[in-house]
Amino acid sequence: MAKTVAETIKEITRRHLNDNNELLFGQAITAVGWVNNTVPNCKNIVEFPMSDVSNMGIVCGAAIAGKRPMIVIRFQDFLWLNNSTLVNYAAKSKDILGTPTPIFVRALAQENAGCVHSGILHSIFMHMPGFRVCSPMTPKEYEEGWDDFMAHDDPMIVSEHRTSFSSTREFSNTDNEADITLMPISAARFNVDAAIEQLNLEGIKCNVAHVMWLKPLKKDHLLGSLANSRAGLVIDATFEICGAAQSIAYELMLETGKPVKAFGLEDRSVGVSYESRNETPSAEKIVAAVKNILC
Amino acid sequence: MAEQTNLEEIFRRMCLIRYFELQVAEAVKGNLTPGPVYLSVGQEAISATISTLTKDFAVFTQHRGHSAYLAYGGDIERLIDELLGLRTGCCGGRGGSPCIQDLDIPMYGHHGLIGENIPLATGYSLASSRPTVAYFGDAASEEDYALATFGFAATHKLPILYVCEDNNLSILTPIDARRKWNVYEVTTAMGLKSMAIEDEPRLILETVSGLLDELPAFVNIWTCRHLWHVGIGTDGPPERDRIAEMRDIVPNAEEIEGEIQARVRELWQRQLQKL
Repeated sequence: MAKTVAETIKEITRRHLNDNNELLFGQAITAVGWVNNTVPNCKNIVEFPMSDVSNMGIVCGAAIAGKRPMIVIRFQDFLWLNNSTLVNYAAKSKDILGTPTPIFVRALAQENAGCVHSGILHSIFMHMPGFRVCSPMTPKEYEEGWDDFMAHDDPMIVSEHRTSFSSTREFSNTDNEADITLMPISAARFNVDAAIEQLNLEGIKCNVAHVMWLKPLKKDHLLGSLANSRAGLVIDATFEICGAAQSIAYELMLETGKPVKAFGLEDRSVGVSYESRNETPSAEKIVAAVKNILC
Repeated sequence: MAEQTNLEEIFRRMCLIRYFELQVAEAVKGNLTPGPVYLSVGQEAISATISTLTKDFAVFTQHRGHSAYLAYGGDIERLIDELLGLRTGCCGGRGGSPCIQDLDIPMYGHHGLIGENIPLATGYSLASSRPTVAYFGDAASEEDYALATFGFAATHKLPILYVCEDNNLSILTPIDARRKWNVYEVTTAMGLKSMAIEDEPRLILETVSGLLDELPAFVNIWTCRHLWHVGIGTDGPPERDRIAEMRDIVPNAEEIEGEIQARVRELWQRQLQKL
């Protein structure tokens, strides 16, 4: 039976802590549920107090001592508090001091969890030199991200999404003759199938090229699909303005000369009530955005 | 006799720091340093003394770290080169005064954010189990991440000594304008053995020797910064000068002082020829 994303994360973590004698840090990670069943019950797990601003510095110190620590940030919004040492120390230490700080930052996102639990912050880390940033949504992608972390000595931001945790699915890319190439990121990847189905019914042919690597941006397959399309649309599960989707769309547009637009959350805070929600673009919204580009 | 030997060695380290820093000041006057400098003039006694007790410790210093670097035997030529912005510097010329390091000590640099070295040192201590010492100032100890980290060290009973070089100033703002509480009382409440003392070398020796048997521990040491927070300016004569006091205690002090001053000047002159 195929492994889920959650089972993959758990197995990778278990190997790292048991076989490599490494460390996993986090807040409330040994509590009931073990972070959506992604944290194994094994040795070398360090429970942090609710001291977000200091905790990441302690993880960095462990990395200075030669470890490759993992840290769980249960909701990406908490990265704002943990950011200081990540951005100021971990991202700079190799360039400035020659001392790498290889930290695997598991940053979890969630849909419709209100203003303090719905954030996705991978874009801000793309902005800062020194990070590797990925958003794996499948078991194989998660393994790929892990292997990349172990092969390099940079801090890695892993933008996870709880939507993917129960999934066993692997995604495929297409590069046929098409009207548009859809390039979804994070939870948006689970919404493009229905959008493509609807667009096909309306005679609009679509390619899809999934975006897992945000920095460094792996774009060969994006360019391959885009080469056979009239236009492109990068869709993210976070804010559109100054975000990953806009950055990637800009880069692809410059490289291909084709119109590539970005699509994400509206520029307003995410609320709990139905009227204040600000969600990952749905299939219906993706369909509307595609028609807007092609008309 | 052993105490006399210790005091002479401490005095040597104090002089090394003092005359090194005065040479930095000369370099600043000559516009030879590309970045800001944070000098330890007046605060020498703390790291000069504690380094004699913690020679096998891993060292994490703050932005005002030349003193610890020199006290623990850091490579002087590489420090000069760093301050001059040369690739042969201890951070390749990229970090400058607040980021210095010498991994042979091992002393680890940081990015320069005030008090950032406190959680870094603590995580290092946790992961390595190696005795570790962290130096920082009274303002750094107020940082939320510093306070939370003291608690973490107490919880995990880490082999770490926190040394607060308390010059009573954040830039030029005194402590009583910033807070109505003492850090060493907070750390005591958290479970760290904590002491507060003056920066008189014999007192530091006695106090820290005791604390090393009870790590994790915190020592607040009142000291007197002679120069501005950054750069080489001064607001008048200092309240006290521990080096001047040591001249009455250490035999042949003037001879030692002259020898070290000449050596430091020679090193600077040699490195300046690289420019």
